[in-house]
Amino acid sequence: MKLKFPRWFYRLASPKWFYEISSKLMPWLALVTTVLMTIGLIWGLVFAPEDYQQGNSFRIIYIHVPAAILAQSCYLFMASAGAIGLIWKIKMAHVMAKSAAPIGASIAVLALATGAIWGKPTWGAWWVWDARLTSMLVLFFLYLGVIALTSAFDNVASSDKAAAVLSLVGVVNIPIIKYSVEWWNTLHQPATFTITAKPAMPAEMWIPLLIMVLSFYSFFALMLFARARIETLQREKRADWVQDLIKNHP
Amino acid sequence: MNPKRKTRLLIILGLVLGSSIAIGLTLFALEQNINLFYSTSQIVGGEAPKNTRMRMGGMVVENSIKRATDSLQITFKITDYAQEVTVVFTGILPDLFREGQGIIAQGKLDANGVFQADEVLAKHDENYMPPEIAETMKPKPTGVK
Repeated sequence: MKLKFPRWFYRLASPKWFYEISSKLMPWLALVTTVLMTIGLIWGLVFAPEDYQQGNSFRIIYIHVPAAILAQSCYLFMASAGAIGLIWKIKMAHVMAKSAAPIGASIAVLALATGAIWGKPTWGAWWVWDARLTSMLVLFFLYLGVIALTSAFDNVASSDKAAAVLSLVGVVNIPIIKYSVEWWNTLHQPATFTITAKPAMPAEMWIPLLIMVLSFYSFFALMLFARARIETLQREKRADWVQDLIKNHP
Repeated sequence: MNPKRKTRLLIILGLVLGSSIAIGLTLFALEQNINLFYSTSQIVGGEAPKNTRMRMGGMVVENSIKRATDSLQITFKITDYAQEVTVVFTGILPDLFREGQGIIAQGKLDANGVFQADEVLAKHDENYMPPEIAETMKPKPTGVK
């Protein structure tokens, strides 16, 4: 069987093309992120109604849930990029995976920290070793492992391979995080936001939450591009187009 | 797909599948340790270990909260709608503690079947709503004109 992809798909693998297209896209991503995050934060933290039980402390959901969703999506992105890099030997895929890891780790820390801050007033504890919290902590450690491996060897190709293999092994943690609240007794409540069901809150609460989730994704793309551009330049420093770039922008 | 790529794809699928099975079996074997708490039925039924610290979860039974007048001691019953267990706790309760709320108590079961808790955590569900909507969902008092 011969798979036929459109031309732009093959161009994704070209470092030069990525560098050019990302410089055009980044200002737009910055604009979208700023607009969405401003609207989402003000709406969520000021105008959205308070919760009938938790009062205002519920508002941390507008940071916590987007961070937790993004930390997991970022991991899936990193692992898929690693798999593409391993199977098709595409250099740009490894660049993307390597650039995503530190962003994912930071977002995972944000999710864990906001979770702890939320847990203290509502549950009565900063931290509990329940399945959801523990698997989220494992996700953070997996990110640290991948970050360590991306610079573990002098040879870039070996580092890329090792990091991709670890991120693929760690993929099994993602369904564990997602279903931990259903498979085991946990202190953490089940998901508020799912793709299949209606959100478990009224519209004036979930619309700002959705805006925040989108703004986090847009922020992730922006940070990913910024990091991947630097990584691309470093790896391609001997290529003609990079040399031209340096000559034209002294 | 050329044969080399196909082999690599199969190796990667095998890797992910293999690690999933290994971790899946581990989690299955450790199920009892991963569960954060025992339900009240498990405790009454003797499934939970005796004389060790453990966590018990359930709903606070309506009208079962009794506070001591001279200390912070509080006595209440929790239920999983099958079995009730009395809990004694001295200390400050989380804000969300109230009748009908899910809670998790950590402590020991004494000889009289009373749970001596040294920590009480409140659980909350995934449903959030503004106070006005919660008010309209409450059952209306009857007989009031």
